Amino acid sequence: MIAIIDYGMGNLHSVSKAVERLGREAVVTSSPEAILAADGAILPGVGAFGDAMRNLRETGLDATVKAFAATGKPLLGICLGMQLLFDESEEHGTHEGLGLLPGRVVRFQGNYKVPHMGWNELSFLQDSPLFEGLTPGHVYFVHSYHALPERREDLLATTDYHQPVSAIVGRGSVFGMQFHPEKSGELGMALLGRFVALVDAAAGDRAG
Amino acid sequence: MLAKRIIPCLDVKDGRVVKGVNFVNLRDAGDPVELAAIYDREGADELVFLDISASVEGRATMIEVVRRTAGEITIPFTVGGGISSVDDMKRLLRAGADKIGINTAAIRQPGLIEDGARMFGAQCIVVAIDAKFNAEWGEWEVFTHGGRNPTGIKALEWAKEAERRGAGELLLTSMDADGTKDGFDLALTKAVSGSVGIPVIASGGAGNAGHFADVFAEGQADAALAASIFHYKEVTIREVKDALRTQGVNVR
Repeated sequence: MIAIIDYGMGNLHSVSKAVERLGREAVVTSSPEAILAADGAILPGVGAFGDAMRNLRETGLDATVKAFAATGKPLLGICLGMQLLFDESEEHGTHEGLGLLPGRVVRFQGNYKVPHMGWNELSFLQDSPLFEGLTPGHVYFVHSYHALPERREDLLATTDYHQPVSAIVGRGSVFGMQFHPEKSGELGMALLGRFVALVDAAAGDRAG
Repeated sequence: MLAKRIIPCLDVKDGRVVKGVNFVNLRDAGDPVELAAIYDREGADELVFLDISASVEGRATMIEVVRRTAGEITIPFTVGGGISSVDDMKRLLRAGADKIGINTAAIRQPGLIEDGARMFGAQCIVVAIDAKFNAEWGEWEVFTHGGRNPTGIKALEWAKEAERRGAGELLLTSMDADGTKDGFDLALTKAVSGSVGIPVIASGGAGNAGHFADVFAEGQADAALAASIFHYKEVTIREVKDALRTQGVNVR
């Protein structure tokens, strides 16, 4: 069972359908008990960073997400959900994030179009269990802010948009994808499939 | 490098796909969800659903179409047509739409752009602009209500205002080119794309694969939208992309 964390932000239906298409049960939930009982959790999110953190705090789900991450069960933040994993964002003021990964989220600055919207190509920077058997290709991005991880080793894949842009981050069992894997065609589904495989493996280890 | 996007548009009325030629005569061309899945497999980068239902029932049907589509396809899709409140936006986004297109309502009530951008993120808000050349002004005028009503507003001014108010993207339809199949309106597209810092989707006039290359190179569009040439298989998305690749345009 994979919990899709519902905190009132964004497109949960597509993410849960994508997980189901991969043959796993998905539950869209705001219940801390249900989230903590799941084998894996996905933190989706579309919208503003500050609103998202306020919703998470008001519902107490910020603590739940941190507690989930502490169990070592796989957690995946998607888009804004990935940005929330970091320490803070400068989106409409400075807002504190979940602090699961050290780093900041900043706005794209320059003489080019923002949001970074559309299909862009991934570069895998290092080996990751998420990339097993996969060849990098195009995935779908929509964002005006991007994450700057403090530790180089947390940056697993980038894309190029007038600078290297964090596309996939991760450390231990905590992962983030800036693009929308559920909206990124075959490669997106394959990457989500790798996350699901990690959830299965972790559940198998606990059972074994 | 960011790829140029090819976007088929499905006009949907009461749950069925239709295409307006110059926005007037309508022909039925099938089930939107089935067509959406076909376009996904053919390599479409995104889809746009334009809901042209006039009735409350028709709009309710659209929510169901959105829900079914979200479960079927793995590319983003925008829903536009008749959206006039943040509640409308919320319903469609919750049903699985990725972006919301607003046109007439944005002109009537520009605050809707800000409200939508604040609540759902700028990237969700696509402001659709239907523009027609006004010979007297020597520039383009915005039309509403599916291209029927002139507004007296200059398209370039409106594009900039929409961006300032928080639009994440513009869907720019040339009323002059739409339905002609003579190619996109390159002058209009270039003028708007050069005036704003957000992506511009060019629409209206696509008749062959070469037209797409023109609108990316000369029109400086970020994406191009077409309907009938794809629906009636005059050219496939794969053929368009192959043609673009040979001309050095970066596509997925």
